Amino acid sequence: MSLAKRRRREMRAAFLMIAPFVSVFALFFLYPTLKVVALSFTDAPLIGEGNWVGLANYAKLLGDRLFYTSITNNLYFVALTVVPTTVIALLIALSVSRLKGRMQALVLTLFFLPYVLPVSVVTMIWAWMFDFQFGILQPLIATITGKPVPVFKNPHWVMPMIAVVTIWWTNGFNVLLLIAGLRNIPADLYEAAALDGATPWQRFWRITWPLLWPITALVLTLQLILQLKLFDQVYLLSKGGPFNQSYVVLMQMYREAFQLNHGGYASAIAMVLFLFIVVLSVLQFQLLRIRGMRK
Amino acid sequence: MTAKRARNAAFSGIILIAAAIWIFPLYWALTTSLRSENRIVSDAGVLMDELNFSAYTSVLSTSKLPIWYLNSVATSVIITAIVLITGMMCAYALSQLRFPGRKVLYLVVVGSFMVPVPALYVAQFVLMSDLRLVNSWWGIILPQLIVPVVVIVYKQFFDAIPKEMREAVLLDGGGEFTLLFKLYLPLNWGITAALAIITFISAWNNFFWPFLVVTSEDMMTIPVGITQVNDAFGVAYARMMALALLAAGPVIVGYLIFQKRVTEAVMISAGVKG
Repeated sequence: MSLAKRRRREMRAAFLMIAPFVSVFALFFLYPTLKVVALSFTDAPLIGEGNWVGLANYAKLLGDRLFYTSITNNLYFVALTVVPTTVIALLIALSVSRLKGRMQALVLTLFFLPYVLPVSVVTMIWAWMFDFQFGILQPLIATITGKPVPVFKNPHWVMPMIAVVTIWWTNGFNVLLLIAGLRNIPADLYEAAALDGATPWQRFWRITWPLLWPITALVLTLQLILQLKLFDQVYLLSKGGPFNQSYVVLMQMYREAFQLNHGGYASAIAMVLFLFIVVLSVLQFQLLRIRGMRK
Repeated sequence: MTAKRARNAAFSGIILIAAAIWIFPLYWALTTSLRSENRIVSDAGVLMDELNFSAYTSVLSTSKLPIWYLNSVATSVIITAIVLITGMMCAYALSQLRFPGRKVLYLVVVGSFMVPVPALYVAQFVLMSDLRLVNSWWGIILPQLIVPVVVIVYKQFFDAIPKEMREAVLLDGGGEFTLLFKLYLPLNWGITAALAIITFISAWNNFFWPFLVVTSEDMMTIPVGITQVNDAFGVAYARMMALALLAAGPVIVGYLIFQKRVTEAVMISAGVKG
């Protein structure tokens, strides 16, 4: 077989093999991506044609008080979840990795299990736990504040408690990544440090923390992106209320598109979220990398 | 030595208590689901001292749970199968074959990671509506077929297979498809299982997209369907918890059976191991 013929056959096989993925990808991912961009410059309803309005949707966004509320709430939620969940996951991972055999497997299972649950199961369970009349957590809340609190209907409690539910649900993933990271740290480093008389505290800050940093940075970045996409828990627990205290960007996109029939405006909101996530994740990843290198 | 052992035992005990507190909401849901509605509003003992299955039989006979199971199983299985087959073929071409546009394709796949999928939902919904697929299995399935991580993970694993093995098959007259399905795939059953598990779990648990594209109760998947019952029951805690646990049952059991694979899959998909 000539070389040219072989190359042709190789190319034909390649195109046949990428064709299914590429066509699905183009039709259901690339096309919608371009479509969102295009829609954001129109006054289209959800279904149907609209007129080109240039930057009008974006101009409207700049004056939309609710949009600022949404962004603020998104950032508040990020502050409530990203670092706390990473710290909790790190504590759990460090503890679990000290256990051995079956005990370790059991404890890890218990911490990881919530992660595999569907979000609506998670919110149903927590709505029951926090139930104003019969929730098992209300006596606890009453001892702290003096009276029961309808947490998802209270403007001060709603975001922190959605954060608690979210951390409970998604923390197992972070624990797993950090445990994998801890296992990759060579054991002889600790032995050498122990011989030199290093305290556990020193061992953590001199060995574990710097060597684990790439994974910690990964966890922080993944969490940041994940938590900015908050929608399900808010929709299911508080519908964005009370007084818009848990209204977030995707909630607003959903309402504009599917309840108010503003496809164009909703697309502009989606574009802002899109840019937000791209910029923040690139930025955060770079920052974390630089800090990691200095150590 | 005994002091050290005592310290270790105490440490294990503390961690076990912490884990028990962590899993308490799930235990409490189970306990609640096994009680009568009357008891729940009168007595809040935490022990699981009653085994009353009436909430379960009531939920199974009055809700559309069986149909939602069917919808969830069908859509999740189809999504997993298509994602794996298209992903592995694409990864094979990217890893082993030379063709124009290869680098661009790889960059696009990697870059697509950064796109927050919910930002596309408005456009995807318009597309599904144009294709007349709203309220259908395919409407649920099609936008969920884009899982770039499958391509990337397969490519890494295919890259690691020695070239000599491929030359041997080529000399025997085998083509590229033979190579993929007779050599590269069998060498990677482990990773295939892992990728299948994470794809399946995320399809099964997806709430936002099926919630948008399905409005008829008969087409709902489990995570969406159970939120409907929620409103219909009114105050009925035992039934709500029974419903939640019936909905979560398959993933919980699946996780407990394939525990090691799930853990492995999560790590591989995040690029930590592999």
